[in-house]
Amino acid sequence: MGFFFQELVNGITTGALYSLVALGFSMVYGVLKLLNFAHGDLYMVGAYVGFFVIQWFGGPSALTISVPLLLLIMFVLAGGLVGGLGVAIERFAYRPLRDAPRIAPLITAIGISFFLENAALLLFGAQFRVYNTADFISLSSGITIGSVTIDSVQIMVLVLGLVLTVGLRELVNRTKLGKQMRAVAADREAAEMMGINVNFTIAATFFLGSALAGVAGVMGGLLFNQVTPTIGFIVGLKAFTAAVVGGIGSLPGAMLGGLLIGVAESMITGYISSTFTNLFVFALLIVVMLVRPSGLLGRAQLQKV
Amino acid sequence: MSLDSPLPPAGPPPPAGPQVGADEWVAREAHRREYLPSWLGRAQRQAERVGWWPRLALAGLAAAALPLIGLGGFQLQVGIDALVVALLAVGLNITVGWTGLLDLGYVAFFGCGAYGFALVSSGQVGANGIHLPSYLSIPLVMLATAALGVLVGLPSRRLVGDYLAIVTLFFGEAFVEFTNNVAPNTLGGPNGIVGIDPISVFGHPITSNTGYYLLLVVVLVVTMAVLRLLEFSRTGRAWRAVREDPLAAGSMTIPVDRVKLMAFAFGAAVAALAGSIFAAQQISVFPTDFDTPFLILIYAGLILGGAGSIAGAATGALLIMVIYDGLLRSPTDSGYLFYGLILLTLVVKLRPWRRLGLVLGATLALGFAVHAIAAAISARAVAGSLSSTGWIGSALRDWVIVPANAATAGNWGFVALVCLLIALVQVSSRTRTILLPPTLYLAAFVWETRLSVEPAVTRQLLIGAILIVMMNARPQGLLGQRRVEAIT
Repeated sequence: MGFFFQELVNGITTGALYSLVALGFSMVYGVLKLLNFAHGDLYMVGAYVGFFVIQWFGGPSALTISVPLLLLIMFVLAGGLVGGLGVAIERFAYRPLRDAPRIAPLITAIGISFFLENAALLLFGAQFRVYNTADFISLSSGITIGSVTIDSVQIMVLVLGLVLTVGLRELVNRTKLGKQMRAVAADREAAEMMGINVNFTIAATFFLGSALAGVAGVMGGLLFNQVTPTIGFIVGLKAFTAAVVGGIGSLPGAMLGGLLIGVAESMITGYISSTFTNLFVFALLIVVMLVRPSGLLGRAQLQKV
Repeated sequence: MSLDSPLPPAGPPPPAGPQVGADEWVAREAHRREYLPSWLGRAQRQAERVGWWPRLALAGLAAAALPLIGLGGFQLQVGIDALVVALLAVGLNITVGWTGLLDLGYVAFFGCGAYGFALVSSGQVGANGIHLPSYLSIPLVMLATAALGVLVGLPSRRLVGDYLAIVTLFFGEAFVEFTNNVAPNTLGGPNGIVGIDPISVFGHPITSNTGYYLLLVVVLVVTMAVLRLLEFSRTGRAWRAVREDPLAAGSMTIPVDRVKLMAFAFGAAVAALAGSIFAAQQISVFPTDFDTPFLILIYAGLILGGAGSIAGAATGALLIMVIYDGLLRSPTDSGYLFYGLILLTLVVKLRPWRRLGLVLGATLALGFAVHAIAAAISARAVAGSLSSTGWIGSALRDWVIVPANAATAGNWGFVALVCLLIALVQVSSRTRTILLPPTLYLAAFVWETRLSVEPAVTRQLLIGAILIVMMNARPQGLLGQRRVEAIT
């Protein structure tokens, strides 16, 4: 039973990470009705930002500043830079295509994803970059309940994931910006007629969503230790799955989907075989799509004529 | 009132508007077709009078003649790859270009074709293996893959647009995972299937690359001809109607679901045909032959040439493969391509001539100035060597600075270049003229220090850039016609 709970904890941690990526993905889909294929690559960029922050402050084993401060700088910088990158992508590539046929921004998004991945390959090389988290955060300093260990990085990821998710929910539900976002998501033209600055709202959505992906990238670096230019694609696919399983465009759905995918993945790896993990995740997605195309928490959309 | 009634009042001439019965938009588009100025336009009009089949036959003959005039070895392999991708792009055009269904699992159909052909024409299955003759195995594989296409297309009945893209994308990913992990004794896992029989035509097995090249030319020409006939058939028109508006098409009694499934089946069959020839020519298939970058390559070809046009899809794919596989492998050729493309773009896009001269002159002056200043400040700043050789290299020696740590400087230059390029699109025309010389110089700098050094990455970057730029600047592609979009 201990093994089961250990896998459950691992799964929830990974799931929290997927949730964050899926949240941003879902937000962008909400306002623009665009599947941002480049979202996973923003995660990758965030992971690289975190890596270079560690290097900047002396490397993992000889840090020149305290660990909490380092983590703070990593998260803020990754969030800010990746958020800015997201806004730049929106401004440059998606805005001109806002009224184009649906297929055009999708293909552009694929192009951007490919471009980002290869730009990272050019800039950072194909080799593994290693965070060496264990050198500056002791893994043994966690909570142990029976035979289940939750190490400190996992705790941090869980807490930060929860804080960000709740914060995002409050932002979307309580603030003026959130109201604008919901209005734009419901009907862009009507929102514009009501005097909402649509361009600003969409840019802000992109910033928030991309920043979440960037923060998730740093978390991923701390959790899994390894960073390569190709990690974005597979995490992007998982986040995709999470967002779709939960119901695309729905924020609680994205969260739930992320956790589900994380737990399912960790259970399959633990109990069946790690070679089939991805295959099972993809199969899960296809089954959900066929049985309930609007996702677990999504609402079926009526087609307007 | 006199008997000799005056002429009717000279009102305005009858409007040269749409004729009765012709759709207003279509008429206006045909009226507004743009032709090049002067004799070029006349030539264009003349060329348009030639029917499609003489043009296709001529292009096929020209392609078939290429090996005779000394295309061999490596170039022939590039030609074969280009033809395979062209065949795939033409097939993808059915689902994406005509029916408007974003099929991101298309490469899996190609893989199914290749694996299917490999299974029935090698020693992989059973004790002695199955060795079907190719006139049996290829149609069989095409039929099976078309059936699979229908199966994958089934969700398209319920899922609109984006959801279909996701399901097909995951189907593509699942295919790679599947061939990698499932049934390693039959599918070979990562080691793939080797020792595949050659394709026989009229009893003669094709074993040479020249043979496969000619076979591919014939297959491509025949496929294009068939698809051209299909394009204006009832089915073809139904596809395009579904693309424009499924709801309206449905209310015009077009069986939308069946039409979508047919598009999937036809696309998959073409992909399977390409896959069979690919497998026979390579003699082996591996899961990595069918991964996402290859899918993006096919898409880039289709988009570059123009989705919705058969000739566009084939031309775009051929063009992109010759650049991707051929030119960008050799540093000299890629240098010509890079500088040539930049100059060509400037000459075509920058008007008036005064402005072009100004920009080029400023770029030249800027380069020499920067080089002189950098050399005067520190010898290390110009210590590196250009990656271009030959006359381009010697011409640029005193113009582009290459510092001792070229890789790092080139990386920063690349980031700056991307920022500048984004800025160029956003600013006004006057600022753009001012920003152009530094951008051009930076582009040359990044090319010499970084891009030309790593051709494998550069060509992938190019594919991504083509998708982004084409979709924004010219969504109809090089040969496609701009579609009239009903804005909803």
